[in-house]
Formats: sequence, structure tokens, C-alpha cells
Amino acid sequence: MNFGPQHPAAHGVLRLVLELDGEVIERADPHIGLLHRATEKLAEYKTWIQSLPYMDRLDYVSMMCNEHAYCLAIERLLGIDVPVRALYIRTMFDEITRIMNHLMWLGAHSLDVGAMTTFLYCFREREDLFDMYEAVSGARMHAAYYRPGGVYRDLPERMPQYQAMKTRNARGMKALNENRQGSLLDFIEDFTRRFPGYVDDYETLLTENRIWKQRTVGIGVVTAERAQALGFTGAMLRGSGVPWDLRRKQPYAMYDRMEFDIPVGINGDCYDRYLVRVEEMRQSNRIVRQCVEWLRHNPGPVITDNHKVAPPSREAMKENMEELIHHFKLFSEGFHVPAGEVYAAIEHPKGEFGVYAISDGANKPYRIKLRPPDYVHLAALDEMSRGHMIADVVAILGTQDIVFGSIDR
Amino acid sequence: MLPGSDKLTAALAAAFEEGVLKTVTTAFGEVTVVVAADRYAGVMRTLRDRAELRFEMLIDLCGVDYSGHGGGGWDGPRFAVVCHLLSLSNNWRLRVRTFAPDDDFPVVPSLVDVWPAVNWFEREAFDLYGIMFPGHPDLRRLLTDYGFVGHPFRKDFPTSGHVEMRYDAEQKRVIYQPVTIEPREVTPRVVREENYAENE
Repeated sequence: MNFGPQHPAAHGVLRLVLELDGEVIERADPHIGLLHRATEKLAEYKTWIQSLPYMDRLDYVSMMCNEHAYCLAIERLLGIDVPVRALYIRTMFDEITRIMNHLMWLGAHSLDVGAMTTFLYCFREREDLFDMYEAVSGARMHAAYYRPGGVYRDLPERMPQYQAMKTRNARGMKALNENRQGSLLDFIEDFTRRFPGYVDDYETLLTENRIWKQRTVGIGVVTAERAQALGFTGAMLRGSGVPWDLRRKQPYAMYDRMEFDIPVGINGDCYDRYLVRVEEMRQSNRIVRQCVEWLRHNPGPVITDNHKVAPPSREAMKENMEELIHHFKLFSEGFHVPAGEVYAAIEHPKGEFGVYAISDGANKPYRIKLRPPDYVHLAALDEMSRGHMIADVVAILGTQDIVFGSIDR
Repeated sequence: MLPGSDKLTAALAAAFEEGVLKTVTTAFGEVTVVVAADRYAGVMRTLRDRAELRFEMLIDLCGVDYSGHGGGGWDGPRFAVVCHLLSLSNNWRLRVRTFAPDDDFPVVPSLVDVWPAVNWFEREAFDLYGIMFPGHPDLRRLLTDYGFVGHPFRKDFPTSGHVEMRYDAEQKRVIYQPVTIEPREVTPRVVREENYAENE
């Protein structure tokens, strides 16, 4: 039976060819590549900085995490230091992104399985997170905010507010803008205060829900050994009981200073992975709070002052010949990255997202290989769904948290 | 970057006889091993099974086309397969590179028996670079279109491709035709000589 590529539960453009015995799956053959844009090939023909916005478009529900891995790879090759404040901002936005991704996952997964309400709740909260993205970078989704050497600019002092609109009166406007009176950090802090309550709401709807449990408990079970052999990472691996988290094991940015717990599943089924991800949202919320606290009290530069990599300020560029040359060189030829190869991996919301970059010393990468986590998970769909019913395939697809932007690249 | 790269190189030296690993290098804190294609499968199995190494996970496998590396002065085999391994028990990462001996028909043994995770990565490398993996149960194209011709990530394949698709109003169907856009490069690729701009 053919499933997709336009099926709403296919999470984008998955075409799945199922071989069935009655309603039981005998073999599942995912046909991917319908969204293939050859990002890796395009990157070979663009300067290092020009391909950065492509990273947003890989996994388009966790944009900044993709950028983070790419920037890490470049920074390691160049050997440049990133200001501490930028590292904290990155940590904070990585976690905001993680919450964003998990909300999308929770909404879509529960909708696939038949619960409409969570979807609406999740998207309501995602709106606030998009506003944070917009406040900091100007774009709601494809931020291009992380740059090699730091982040594009410092956090804004004023949170943008809603303008008057025809559909709301003055009192409605005031309510909308109530938590936007201060800076972006105030807005984020307000969100972190509200968010645990929201997660409780989702859990009331799902965790003890009989239908939800019937659809997820014991579905798509993967043992810890098998999960490792299949290359699972992130919540898929932790759901099977392996306490592996790159934020703890191979810390990057400021994760070694953060306090957070790593939730681990027991049975390795869809329900355990659900519990792991929900707990991860709470932990991310904790990390965001710690970052907000630090960022309030420690101003400083947010991007490296090495103007061979990061552009000089506009003012300096217009007054100083040296800076003008830097600006011109940077935006025409781009910076050169020393020859060598690195593999930079981060704990992406979906698992381990890696960027393998080979440089031959030019202003463009020689080869960029992106390692999307959900690609590996989808490859295991065949094994996970064998012997299950057709309806369970949808639950398994949902639990894998797949996004075609990163699978097809 | 990662801790323990000295321990890893020591463990590698203890595990393999001299000459099995062609080179072991550490750069940017990462250990890279080059293996000959005929030894590749055996080495990988040892890396997974040997008690001191225990690379339980294959994180990534990709093809690389080295023609044109460093501005065109590459001499050596053209195609390579690069694997990234991860050991959860030791918290190590390792990169293994093997060059396909024949440039016209690159062949590298498959690792499906060692790590099932490699299945789609090898299909992808076959699709994009035309590297053959004997032993792979299902070496079909993965990312490109049904009926695609060529291997698009090879350096001699133009970014714009060879054919384009459009709807033909007269024939009332979608047809393929040679590409009509001209390839253009806005920023040229430049490799500077060593020590360029270091004397300020």
C-alpha cells in the first residue's frame, strides 16, 4: 500500500510503501528525497558564511540548533574564541529551540494519534517562542542569528509590542502587551514562569489518558543494544534507557555550567519516549531560567572582535580605513578557513546533529556533510514497524520526530 | 576538543598490528585513521568488538570526491568513504577514512553486518557519488528522483544539473530537456598561498 507523499500524518513529504498481510505490516519502505535540495552541494559553491542561512532550512522546526552545529564546526577550524555572553545566548536559544521543537512534535504526534486539543495548546505556546526569535533576529523562523564567532547582535532592550488593530479594543491590546513591557529577557522569564503550568496541562490531557496509552504503550519497542546498533541518538536513545546526552558527555557552549537532569526511559516504546521528551521540556525550561539569570547581570560583547571573521561595527567601518577593508573583504570574498576537517556535533532536539566540514583552505567549504538525527531514525522505521498494524505506523512516525527538511537536506 | 584522544591513539596502537592502519593523525582534537579498502571491513569489526575500543555506534558515513581538493592539485585516489564512530562506553569519537582503489569504478565493502545504521548512509553515498558497496542488501538510489541519471555530488557534476523538467503544453505532459540556465559563480573560489595576510 502506498502512504503519502501528501498524507497529513506523513509529516511532510514522506512516501511510504507498505507491504501488508491484512492489516499487519510486513515491510515498510520509506521513499525519501522529495524535498532534496542538495544543501551540501550548494554549500560547496558558496562562501562559508553564505551557507549559514541554509542551515535554518534543514530542520525547519529547530532552526538555531542547526546553525549552532555549523558555527561550531567553523569555529573549531578557525580556532577562534567566542565571547562568554554569546555562549550563554546560544545555550538559551538552543533550549528555547528545543522547547519549540518538542511542542511541534507533541502537537503533531498527538494529532496523528487522535488528540486535537494538545495540538492547539502547543501551537499557542510556540507563538511566544517565535516572538522571541523575531525579537532577537527579525525573523520568526529562519533566524540566521548564530554567526561564526558569536551571535549576530545582543538581546534587545525592548520587547516589540502589538500595534493597534481593528479586531481588538484598548483593553484587549493591553492584555496582549502585558508581558511585553520590558526587555526580551523579561518576556522570556515570564514565559519560563508560565511554561511548567502549560506542560502540566499537556500531561493532564495525555499522560494518563487511556486512548493515548493504548496507542503508544508497547508500540515500536527498541532495546538499548538495538538502539545503539541502529545509530539512534537523542530522545530515541534515552527512551530505550541509555543515559547519553551530548550536553553532559561532550559539553559545548555553556552546558557544563548548567544544572539539569537527563530523563531516561525504561521500555523503549513510544510512551516512554513521550515521557522523556515532556520531561526534557521541563529541563530546558530550567536551563533557560539559569541563562536569563546570568545574562541579566553580565553584559559584554556577543561576537568576536576578530574582524577577519566577524564584520566590524557600521560606525567603525565608516570611519576607519582598516575596518572598511575588512568589511569589503568579508562580504565579497569571505573569510578563509584553514585546511583540515572537523566533525562538530550538538545535542539537537531530535538527537545528534553533526556537521562534518572539510576545508582545503579556500573561502568556500570543500565538502560539508550534515548528519541529521531523524534520517537515521527513519531508516529504522522498517524494523520498528514490522508486525504492527497500519495505525501504529503513524504512531511510530510521530515518535521518531521526523522533519523532512533535515532528512532530505 | 574531546578528552582522551591520547588514550584512544594508544588503544588503537595496541589493538592493531603495524601497517593495518595506514595513518593515525590527531588534528583539532579529533583522531583520524586511514585504512586500506581491503582491510576496512575487518578493522571496523575490531573497532566495534574489541573490549578496549567498543565503538558501539556508527554516527555517520559519507562519500567524498577529492578531485579538485586544494585547487586541483590532488593526486591520489579520487573517492573516499569517511565514517564517524562513537564509543558510548569510552566517550570517544573516531574518524575512519578509506579510499576506493579504482577511480572509474569505486568499490568499498559494505558495513551493514557490523552496524545496521549504515544502511541508508551507504545508499546515499552510492546515490550521490556512485560508490559501490558489495554486501549491501538493497543498494538503490535514495535521495534523487526516480530514474535519475548520474551522481550529483561528484565534483564534475554541475550544480544546475544536466536536465530540467517542465510541462509541455503541446504534448500535454511533463518533459525533460537539457538545462537552459547558464551556470554562474558570483564569488570565485580562492585558495590563498600559505602565510597570506599574516605579516601585519
